Amino acid sequence: MGDPQMVMYEEEFNQIQVVCERLIRDANALVVFIVDKNGQLIAAAGEHEHLDTTSLASLTAGNIAATGGMAKLLKEKEFTTQFHEGEHQNIHIQIVGQRVILVVIFDERSSLGLVRLRVRKANEDLNRIFESLLKKVQDPSTGSPFAEITDDDIDNLFND
Amino acid sequence: MYYGPGLCGKTTNLQYIYTRTSPQAKGKMISLATETERTLFFDFLPLSLGEIRGFKTRFHLYTVPGQVFYDASRKLILKGVDGVVFVADSQIERMEANMESLENLRYNLQEQGYDLDRIPWVIQYNKRDLPSVASVEELRSLLNPTGAVPDFEATATSGGGVFDSLKAVAKLVLTELKRGGK
Repeated sequence: MGDPQMVMYEEEFNQIQVVCERLIRDANALVVFIVDKNGQLIAAAGEHEHLDTTSLASLTAGNIAATGGMAKLLKEKEFTTQFHEGEHQNIHIQIVGQRVILVVIFDERSSLGLVRLRVRKANEDLNRIFESLLKKVQDPSTGSPFAEITDDDIDNLFND
Repeated sequence: MYYGPGLCGKTTNLQYIYTRTSPQAKGKMISLATETERTLFFDFLPLSLGEIRGFKTRFHLYTVPGQVFYDASRKLILKGVDGVVFVADSQIERMEANMESLENLRYNLQEQGYDLDRIPWVIQYNKRDLPSVASVEELRSLLNPTGAVPDFEATATSGGGVFDSLKAVAKLVLTELKRGGK
């Protein structure tokens, strides 16, 4: 099978959220969010209430997958950074630790140079957090959080 | 993940699900399609199915582009797949396309490190309302010879069988997740 399912624990989630909040401030960004490569939103910070983050997450992952496909054709491992420039807003996309995607949306109050600089630092922090999370998930003594769910529970979801 | 040959009704399945679910259970449906409404990259529909013991269940439904020459995009969308609805076109003249698409699914999954025999999947025999369709027995003998895969008859345009297929695959995916998904 491909990647194992990602399980997120509260401790790491809070650490990730702190990194996102800091990046918003340091980079003068509008929105920061983190998505896994399958398109699931992991964390978001900034003014994201008015944004359809679920769709953005899915499209970001699709974008990364397509770019990864192009990299493969050029015999590159991956293209780790993408930048999309709009009239008012811009999107900076960075792959973190080959596993998750860090997205920064910013406008004219910031600049690509500043965003790149701050993303580099956030990248290091996130890498460390996801490394420790991966170790935790792979530890055989950590049971599946879904172990208590019975077949009846699943059946009940579909009884309508 | 909805997989199948071109014009078999994958997008129609998603559109029907979209129109028949309550607004609070679904997100926006996204279609990355060409001007002639052929899927270019994927369609996407996020869907909540309720709670199990306090866990919210949220599904992300995707379709792949069916046309043969979009194989590079199709492969990408299979990354991280949890379950597949294979949508077959019941029309006799599409039998070869069905078999080719199923082989393509098996091959592309293998390339991503998955084995079709070991992931949750169901077959949907779609377009049962059309005049020139093969019998379910014929379809089954070609696409599901051992009968091991749950299969459903459907007419995605009017919705028949659409939710049966979705529920069946969702249930298999949850059972797999509970088992550890490894």
